[in-house]
Amino acid sequence: MTERVGVYVCHCGSNIAGTVDVEGLAQWAQANLAGVTVARDYKFMCSSLGQELIEQDIKEQGLTRVVVGACSPHLHEKTFRKACSNAGLNPYLCHMVSLREQVSWVTSDKRLALEKAKALISAGVRRVQLHEELEPTEVPVNPNTLVVGGGIAGIQAALELADAGYQVYLVEREPSIGGHMAQFDKTFPTLDCAACILTPKMSDVGQHPNINLLSYSEVEEVSGYVGSFHVRLKKKARYVKEADCTGCGICIEKCPKRVVDDVFEAGLGYRKAVYRPFPQAIPKFPVIDRANCTYFERGTCRACEKFCPTNAIDFEQSDAFLDLDVGNIILATGYDLFDCAKIPQYGYGRLANVFTSLEFERMCNAAGPTEGKVVLRDGVTTPRSVALIHCVGSRDKRHHPYCSAVCCMSALKFGHLVMEKTGADVTSFYIDMRPLHKNYEEFYDRLQQEGMHFIRGRAAEVTDAARLPGEEGKLIVQAEDTLIGRQRRVPVDMVILLGALQPRADARETALRFGISCSMDGWLTERHPKLDPVATMTDGIFIAGTCQGPKDIPDSVAQGAAAAARVQGMITTGTVMIEPIVASIDEARCSGCRICNNLCPFNAIDYLEDKGVSFINAALCKGCGTCVAACPAMAISGAHFSYDQISAELEGILYDAVRGNGHAVATPEPAAAGG
Amino acid sequence: MRYAYYPGCSLTRSAEPYDLSAKAIAAPLGLSLEEVDDWNCCGATEYISINKNAAYALVGRNLALAAQQGVSKDLVAPCSACYLNLRKVDHYMGVYPEIRERTNAALAAGNLHYEPGAMQVRHLLDVVVEDVGFENLKERVVRPLDGLRVAPYYGCLIVRPQWNGGRGASPEQSGGGGVDPEYPTHLDRLLRTLGAEVVDFPLKTHCCGGHMTQISADTAYELIRRLLHNASEYEADLIVTACPMCQLNLDAYQSQVNRHFGTSFHLPVLYFTQMIGLAMGIAPAELGIGREVTPAREVLGRIGAAAPTAPEAAPRRKRDDKALPMPRRREEA
Amino acid sequence: MHGPSSDADFLAEVIATTPGAETLITCLQCGTCGGSCPSGPDMDHTPRHLFAMINAGLRDEVLRSNTPWYCVACYYCMARCPKDIPITDLMYSLKRMAVREKLYDDRDAPDWSTSFIGMVDSYGRSFEFGLATRYHLTHSPLKKVGVGPMALEMFSKDRMALRPHRIKGMNQLRAILDTAKAQEAV
Repeated sequence: MTERVGVYVCHCGSNIAGTVDVEGLAQWAQANLAGVTVARDYKFMCSSLGQELIEQDIKEQGLTRVVVGACSPHLHEKTFRKACSNAGLNPYLCHMVSLREQVSWVTSDKRLALEKAKALISAGVRRVQLHEELEPTEVPVNPNTLVVGGGIAGIQAALELADAGYQVYLVEREPSIGGHMAQFDKTFPTLDCAACILTPKMSDVGQHPNINLLSYSEVEEVSGYVGSFHVRLKKKARYVKEADCTGCGICIEKCPKRVVDDVFEAGLGYRKAVYRPFPQAIPKFPVIDRANCTYFERGTCRACEKFCPTNAIDFEQSDAFLDLDVGNIILATGYDLFDCAKIPQYGYGRLANVFTSLEFERMCNAAGPTEGKVVLRDGVTTPRSVALIHCVGSRDKRHHPYCSAVCCMSALKFGHLVMEKTGADVTSFYIDMRPLHKNYEEFYDRLQQEGMHFIRGRAAEVTDAARLPGEEGKLIVQAEDTLIGRQRRVPVDMVILLGALQPRADARETALRFGISCSMDGWLTERHPKLDPVATMTDGIFIAGTCQGPKDIPDSVAQGAAAAARVQGMITTGTVMIEPIVASIDEARCSGCRICNNLCPFNAIDYLEDKGVSFINAALCKGCGTCVAACPAMAISGAHFSYDQISAELEGILYDAVRGNGHAVATPEPAAAGG
Repeated sequence: MRYAYYPGCSLTRSAEPYDLSAKAIAAPLGLSLEEVDDWNCCGATEYISINKNAAYALVGRNLALAAQQGVSKDLVAPCSACYLNLRKVDHYMGVYPEIRERTNAALAAGNLHYEPGAMQVRHLLDVVVEDVGFENLKERVVRPLDGLRVAPYYGCLIVRPQWNGGRGASPEQSGGGGVDPEYPTHLDRLLRTLGAEVVDFPLKTHCCGGHMTQISADTAYELIRRLLHNASEYEADLIVTACPMCQLNLDAYQSQVNRHFGTSFHLPVLYFTQMIGLAMGIAPAELGIGREVTPAREVLGRIGAAAPTAPEAAPRRKRDDKALPMPRRREEA
Repeated sequence: MHGPSSDADFLAEVIATTPGAETLITCLQCGTCGGSCPSGPDMDHTPRHLFAMINAGLRDEVLRSNTPWYCVACYYCMARCPKDIPITDLMYSLKRMAVREKLYDDRDAPDWSTSFIGMVDSYGRSFEFGLATRYHLTHSPLKKVGVGPMALEMFSKDRMALRPHRIKGMNQLRAILDTAKAQEAV
């Protein structure tokens, strides 16, 4: 049966029509391509009128296939498929040809453009006639959700889902949830105490009947697909029996081993070998740091065990593994702070009184190593002058080209705290001031009024080599004050570096483990930077918070909530449609060589031992075609990418070499002797 | 190990002690420094200020001759400015086709040609540190420089510029990169290997002023003063350098600086090759010692005189010590 | 900003003559260069300021500026620039352009360089004594009080040659340099 193909060539305004003779193309298709019943050109095929054209033709002209030559399928494949199904035609009998991204946007030569457009339309017309009706598969959505990361974004997502009545597994690799926000003292621009606004949420998480908090745990393995993910978790051994521990803290008091706390105290304070990261930790159970515990090192001490009133210490504990089934996953894994020692001219690590932003947060925090006092590295001296250096590692081709979004506001906040606590002189060295969001600019104005100094000039160096009077014993920040065009040396007691926010050190591993992508920088990639910031290209996996890119707390909370909303939508719908563009293996032809197994980027191919053949999980398969091409026995066929369909497409491209338009490609002339 | 050796104009006279000492320590360290035949001036910072194509061609002739003479793939320059010019032209010819074509077109007029990358331009300091290594060097120390407080002065051009931003770049790719451009430590470590007490003065890569002594004495003297002042503040006995320009400025102009500012610096300035030679037991005269304008003889007399101080045991942390921990430092290069 | 004193082609010219200088148009005006420059306080415009002027097309003012002549070529600016702008090389380009158009108020620095290369063009090597005498005697000799005694000390330590050394391949070098100089200007 010959098909009745409708061909629609879109002008896309002048995007396509400016380079491709769209009218001529449609006419040519009608006159020259076998199977074409009607061919039209139209200004905007994606408009409702354009779609109605298709629908009308299907009904009135009995079209059995549709080819739309327009933009990339990424944009409007769904639109035209919908138009077809509205008119009663299976949506998979519609094929899109990209005349914009692949033709008018790659050349300005009209002759070449028309030639290529003809080849592509011809290809589309030939292959669509071999399309089969396909139905998407419906798979159930497990109502449980996994949230990875217990910072503010993860906490928000977990609470929203839990409050909506759904089970959430919240996995956090540190002993307590809270993330970076728990380390802060105050938050801008309200100067709310970070812990005061965070701990109520943390408490809620700890007590919520619908949240299963898995702290001090990490995700080991993820498999499955949207609606049915299988996750293997490792619950790291705390060496504390949670059932017996009351959280009294005597073990911590009695522990004789003190080490620098590199994580929560940002290296500025100490903790014991058995510890809770901070007093309001959720859960309250301490953790023994095996690497630094005297018992594990030498077999002696055991003070914690001796003094524990409920016998909750258990040195024999080992890591446990947990398998979970969830329907959706939200990644909220947060950020790391830039290593400021990478910019040696700022003296971090060499000059004692140079601090990072996180170190300074800990210093200001009343529960921190200095009990909230702003002091120099000697722990006692109050600074009388402080410099804040912006853009340390940000906006820098040598380190991170991006702007970290929060540092200008943090600098203002720090300036305020320093002045409030010590009355010291504060000078900010900035390139641009970026108080972008609600009440941020007003906060900048407030700090100007409070007497903070601002020098527009990226700090060139921080040195202790005094040169001019008044510099002896100080740290001197040298910079060009660009607004007056002069180099200045500003002697201060303390320097605070606003370091860049950067992706977690293991961000790439995380992306790989969950099957999503991350950018060159390492930020997890959203589905669309403008219109879909919390979804990823992998259905069922969402991202929220700073793991997607530098942002402040309100934005992290908003993204956590947005991700939760998306997941809720999927849970209430109950099922999800899986695209039927998948590959399948003809068991009869499969020899069990398993070449395809390891090639699949989505781990969709299993080997069936009993049958000795490979098997493709249609729900995981994304129809990339790798296995189809690799199978030496040609046993794998891809729906919409069968050999016949692809051959037809190739023949279509070579239309001007095909004699008789529809018959086999003419045998090429044998090569002349001698090559 | 054979090296094509490019001494540069200064080493023929004004910095002859550098040349003498380099050659004196070469054989014992297993280095064979074979001078490029008929090399010409690298142009310093002057030629490129007047004519770019000629400046590149001027350097190109040296690269071409060295490649042609085939002594070694390594072209060693003891002078930091020559080092910069040689590696800059090699690097730019490799990266910018127009520069490569133009320079080779000029070289062709002299029947020469240079393929960028044919020579690996190295600084003498890097050769000693990388190819000889600290272990080997230590084995050859017969007269440790105990009692001497030395300020290692790198100057600018050994550590900057670093094409490729110095990030993960091999020394070949970044032409001198791979070391910290602000706070290098390899010369420090070398001098420590020789037994000297190294003074970590913060201005160790600050500029000596280069040719500014001839253009604006005020500017230059101030830059020189800063270095002398800083080294003195840290109680250095002498300054060790790896560049003839730095040595000249800090040494020969020291009395000018004193006169200009009313200071009374007396800081001898020697080359690292002279220090190595001393530690290896070579006679000072063979190392050109005595030809420095600010005499080093008295200071060198302190070698071996004072008993080396035992390293202070790290003080035990007191219970009520409120000091905050320092961030962990990176390992020394 | 266009006017009789502004030249829109100036920026393009500066970029064309300096390897890697396309990044100049991404200058953030952050001031790291001006802040790092050891001789910055002596310049009439900081390097950053000069780049803003180049962007604004102020050809005359830029080429008359003493900034490039005070550049000590320490490369601090270039090593620290967050936008990878080849600042020191740009300074060399501005020197060349100023010399070509004779746009400088103080002849000292350009003349020093010209004298230096005069030696190289004649001998293939630099010749400090000849350079110093030729240059200092014609350039405010009375200001250069210290040079005399310093030179004497250098002589006494046998660190100053009285006669130049001419390389063997002077003809070869001359042919090479002449060809190079005849190539596209600057």
